[in-house]
Amino acid sequence: MSSAQTGSTYDAIVVGGGHNGLVNAGYLAKAGLRTLVLEQRHLVGGAAITEEVVPGFSFTTFSYALSLLRPEIIQELDLVEHGFMPLMMPSSFHPTGDGGYLLLGDDHGQNVQEIRRHSPHDADAYDRYHHDLDRVVQAVQPLFDNPPPNVFGKDPEDRADVAWLLDHLGGVERKVMHDVVRLLTGSASDWLEDYFEHEAVKGFHASSSIIGSKVGPMSPGSGMVLLFHKMGEHDGRLGSWAFHKGGNGGFTQVLARSAEANGAEIRLGARVSHVITHEGRAVGVALEDGTEFRAPVVVSALDPRRTFLELVDPRELPADLVDNVERMRFRGVSAKVNFALNALPVFPALPDTVDHYGGFLNIGPTIEYVERAFDAAKYGWYSERPFIDAAIQSVVDPDMAPPGKHVMSCFVQYAPYELRGSDWEAERERFGDRAQSVLESHFPGFGDLVLHREVVTPVDIERLTGLTEGNIFAGEFLAPQMYFFRPAPGWSQYATPIHGYYQCGSGTHPGGCVIGAPGKLASQRVLRDLRS
Amino acid sequence: MIRTTPFHARLSELNTQGLYTHWQGYLSALRYTHSPKHEYFAVRNSVGVFDTSPLFKYRIEGPDAERFLAGVLVRDIRTCRPGQAQYTLWCDDRGYVMEDGVVFRHSATEFLLTVARPALGWFCDLAGRLRVSLEDVSDDFGMLAVQGPRSRTVLSALMPEADSLAFFDHAPAQVASAPVTLSRTGYTGDLGFEITVESGHALDVLDAVLEAGQGHGIRPFGEEALMSLRIEAGLPLVDVEWHNSRLAFTDDQRVTPQELGMGWMLRGVEDGDRPFVGRDAIVRELTGTSRWATVGVVVDWAHWDRLHRDAGLLPSKDESPLPYESMLYDAPEGGSQVGFVTSFVYSPVLQRHIGLARLRPGLAAPGSPVHLEIAISHHTTRVAAGTAKLPLFNPARRTARP
Repeated sequence: MSSAQTGSTYDAIVVGGGHNGLVNAGYLAKAGLRTLVLEQRHLVGGAAITEEVVPGFSFTTFSYALSLLRPEIIQELDLVEHGFMPLMMPSSFHPTGDGGYLLLGDDHGQNVQEIRRHSPHDADAYDRYHHDLDRVVQAVQPLFDNPPPNVFGKDPEDRADVAWLLDHLGGVERKVMHDVVRLLTGSASDWLEDYFEHEAVKGFHASSSIIGSKVGPMSPGSGMVLLFHKMGEHDGRLGSWAFHKGGNGGFTQVLARSAEANGAEIRLGARVSHVITHEGRAVGVALEDGTEFRAPVVVSALDPRRTFLELVDPRELPADLVDNVERMRFRGVSAKVNFALNALPVFPALPDTVDHYGGFLNIGPTIEYVERAFDAAKYGWYSERPFIDAAIQSVVDPDMAPPGKHVMSCFVQYAPYELRGSDWEAERERFGDRAQSVLESHFPGFGDLVLHREVVTPVDIERLTGLTEGNIFAGEFLAPQMYFFRPAPGWSQYATPIHGYYQCGSGTHPGGCVIGAPGKLASQRVLRDLRS
Repeated sequence: MIRTTPFHARLSELNTQGLYTHWQGYLSALRYTHSPKHEYFAVRNSVGVFDTSPLFKYRIEGPDAERFLAGVLVRDIRTCRPGQAQYTLWCDDRGYVMEDGVVFRHSATEFLLTVARPALGWFCDLAGRLRVSLEDVSDDFGMLAVQGPRSRTVLSALMPEADSLAFFDHAPAQVASAPVTLSRTGYTGDLGFEITVESGHALDVLDAVLEAGQGHGIRPFGEEALMSLRIEAGLPLVDVEWHNSRLAFTDDQRVTPQELGMGWMLRGVEDGDRPFVGRDAIVRELTGTSRWATVGVVVDWAHWDRLHRDAGLLPSKDESPLPYESMLYDAPEGGSQVGFVTSFVYSPVLQRHIGLARLRPGLAAPGSPVHLEIAISHHTTRVAAGTAKLPLFNPARRTARP
């Protein structure tokens, strides 16, 4: 490179300041490595950012809530000291589409009565359902918190890892193991049918089975997406979600402060062009402006496509890895429509209360509604009546909006990345109108409250965060893309075929959401390799 | 017959749960919604209101009022200027704590004392020939605590005084044309205020505060949220952290101010010449030894999780305090009992299980290892913990100058 300027030399360089990159850098810096984080944008956070789109209104542009974050990361990186503050969501609100609603809260007995109001049959099923899911989570959790064993490896360490896995699975009760398999292979609809009879109760529980994924609740594979979302917790309650103070951007700012306190350096506006290799080893990175930074360890927090096909030369990689990454599915189907509101929407059956707005507003009354919303995506079009997971964080976190005003984040599906016969620039506002008209049907007068509307399409997600095809999980949650296949068979332990080059993004195990585990597990791999 | 506070008519309308406890003969809400933890977060992230009217309120005035209070209270009331308030203790003649309370000094000769348990008779008995009058005005006033990071913003819209009050200052103010006393006091360990208002105006003041809090996330909070908050803030509670010495059966139930963690109140007592009830015993303790130190305890999160996981359970993280004492040991197994935890809770803002503990003084330096006895699956076991300085949660905004 002719105009190469020489930057400094580091022990480790992390490419990408998303939450996993920051977690990874925090652990590496804490272990004493001189660590540099390079972020292309003017702020860290990747897909977990908060932006003041309209003065006084803080939008969670993409990701908007916390649950999957592994609790040990909070402790190990001293995040509380740096401002970690998860605000509980006191309720979940599910309009049933006929003017009624299901409103669940923090009191178990009252939730049972609320379910019973719709279906006496489902009242105790609700307890069994959550108990069975908790048992599944308990069984799967150790797999979440450890790197996947290399089942293709032959050395004693790999054999020991496989033995550990088999030993763990051998200890799981047979009913629980059967439930694990039902969830991993089946549809959310089938799983829910085993417990519930009421359409709204099933619809409520099905909503987490499709998030970020090109599946409907009746598709095989949606069970796994449902299970994944149940793996999270808030203060020990499985499946519970929280708002981070200041939005998920507030959370990634905490991560950045923690990483910096541990000695990491963060450079913004530093878009990496490629990883510099020498004789099969990573030796540094070059920015697009020609600046070079040297380090014997380079960690990519980007998704697998960028990690293997853009940052390095695919010709340096084994053909089967390149082939797998090419074949990996990234079909983004999610969009955001974020609103600044002049006042809270009004749900006619609950005109005088606000507490039903304390958490998620789940606009997908029944499984059939959501499945029909999915249909369009199969044929390259967006839902005319989309599923919406809405959240009005300003209800529990008044710093998000001026007094009395609100910000409403709407996660909208389905919005396939590639549209047949049109494109997202042409369809952006019409899509926003579709989402808004669904809200209007549940909250009459909604449109009059809108001060500002921001439509974030899958193409915007890709353009702004670098996530291929706008896939929010950096690689879809499909069985052949999970655990020891994530991101590719044989390369699920955070290393790559290039010595000193590692991967720590959500495209590695255990994958997407604001979880931090890939960043942490990758740091352990780096530190182990440095010691040996 | 159970009594209700001057705010009850309105607050009971806002209470969706019908869950009350009895606080010194008054109905006191345990929670207002299905989620006491949400009420807790209102105080830690926006603003909450708490009805603290059941406190006993005593007006103490007269030319000798200062001299009188200087002779019965542990802290030196002479250092408290009009417009200030003091959190203080009083002891029996053996230097054991009886009660705690807050004294508001209104002028050279006028004071108001608030206290959780009745105490008028005790004070009257000590008045002797001093020119001081003591009067129970408990029923004349309601007290509304307005607590949380947004409390100043909300109240300053009603009373400009809120903008200038320093920690533990108070000032006369007016809300909804009612005269009130606004003080920068509270029991949550956060930025906060209390409004003392004549009972007849209480509802007007409450309505004005709730109205001003619209858009700021204001909500009433009950005793369940208060307990989590006060433990994080290291604030002791009578009959939990200690017992009134006058009503205790044994010295094991009694504590001295030093043992209660209130040694900071005793600065100057040893060298000074102010006689007050219990002083001689307190000075003897200061020059000798104490039985206990009060410290914070923070549980080793990884050990807590492991103990539960190994037992096949999901690690619990419950923001409701344990209703009983737990013992502290100096070793993971065997060893000796070296103290006990008086209050124990999972702190959502600290993301740790924490406790208020009484420990042998030699083992109480911050960061010392201790082992807390807990029960898991019908077996007692010990979880690793460390001592820490109180209060465990202490945001700068609590005491920051405006």
